[in-house]
Amino acid sequence: MGHVVIDVMPKTEILDPQGQAIAGALPRLGIDQFADVRQGKRFVLAVDGDVTQEHLAQARAAAEKMLSNPVIEDVVSVRVLEADGR
Amino acid sequence: MKIGVITFPGSLDDHDAMRAIRVAGGDAVSLWHGDADLHGVDAVVVPGGFSYGDYLRCGAIARFAPVMDRLIPAAQGGLPVLGICNGFQVLCESHLLPGALTPRTDQRFYCNDQVLKVESTSTAWTSAYDEGAEITVVHKNGEGRFVADEHTLDELEGEGRVVFRYVGGNPNGSYRDIAGVTNERGNVVGLMPHPEHCVEEGYGPSLDGLAFFTSVLTAAAGV
Repeated sequence: MGHVVIDVMPKTEILDPQGQAIAGALPRLGIDQFADVRQGKRFVLAVDGDVTQEHLAQARAAAEKMLSNPVIEDVVSVRVLEADGR
Repeated sequence: MKIGVITFPGSLDDHDAMRAIRVAGGDAVSLWHGDADLHGVDAVVVPGGFSYGDYLRCGAIARFAPVMDRLIPAAQGGLPVLGICNGFQVLCESHLLPGALTPRTDQRFYCNDQVLKVESTSTAWTSAYDEGAEITVVHKNGEGRFVADEHTLDELEGEGRVVFRYVGGNPNGSYRDIAGVTNERGNVVGLMPHPEHCVEEGYGPSLDGLAFFTSVLTAAAGV
């Protein structure tokens, strides 16, 4: 079974309160090296067999039509998930 | 005069919206998300709640419900449509209204009696108000921060399409204090606060919400 990975991130000019909340909490764990945190979304779509160009085209359509809102988010990548999980 | 109210899985305020329509003198018609039919209604309310658990993004999944396949072209054709809270989010996700609603800057759920300024009375849902009037209605959400790019914001302001603005401090970081907007034609209106909770004595802070529903009854009657 193949997988397509879609990554969606909030646009840089849009405030990301979730990322800010995380950035505010990390120092409490003694993790204080990071100037900023932004939180996005990853979608993993499974297909029977290997991922084809048609699968990727449909995944891009899904990313644009439903999985992201272009007003506030960018589709960062739509790609095949390699067998080693990368 | 029939006004439909859509129920999605997770809608909460559909029954209050139907009640408000009846209090205003209209016939309330329940519309089901899975039924691709508007049943001949003269206007539609997309109510508040948490459709599909707010999964993905607020309103993002409801926007693809079968009933929306009928509502979107009808709204583009001039049918009066009001989106309240989650309904506003659904209308933005449907691209019937510009912009998007995002989490509040402080990540908290907010519940208060909110003062709003009526900025436009030339919509199907606000004609019974006095322009510039201040009204007090229930306001309750976690993701009501209105955002849009600068060009869109300037366009909304320039065309008089900002319908409501928050008064007495911006409760959620909405750009330019915007609480509600309309489309170019003025038939589609969305806002985060809840006029349908403010139509009867003994409930809510005022009766200031009733004029939404009397406005649309007048508009739908073509008076």
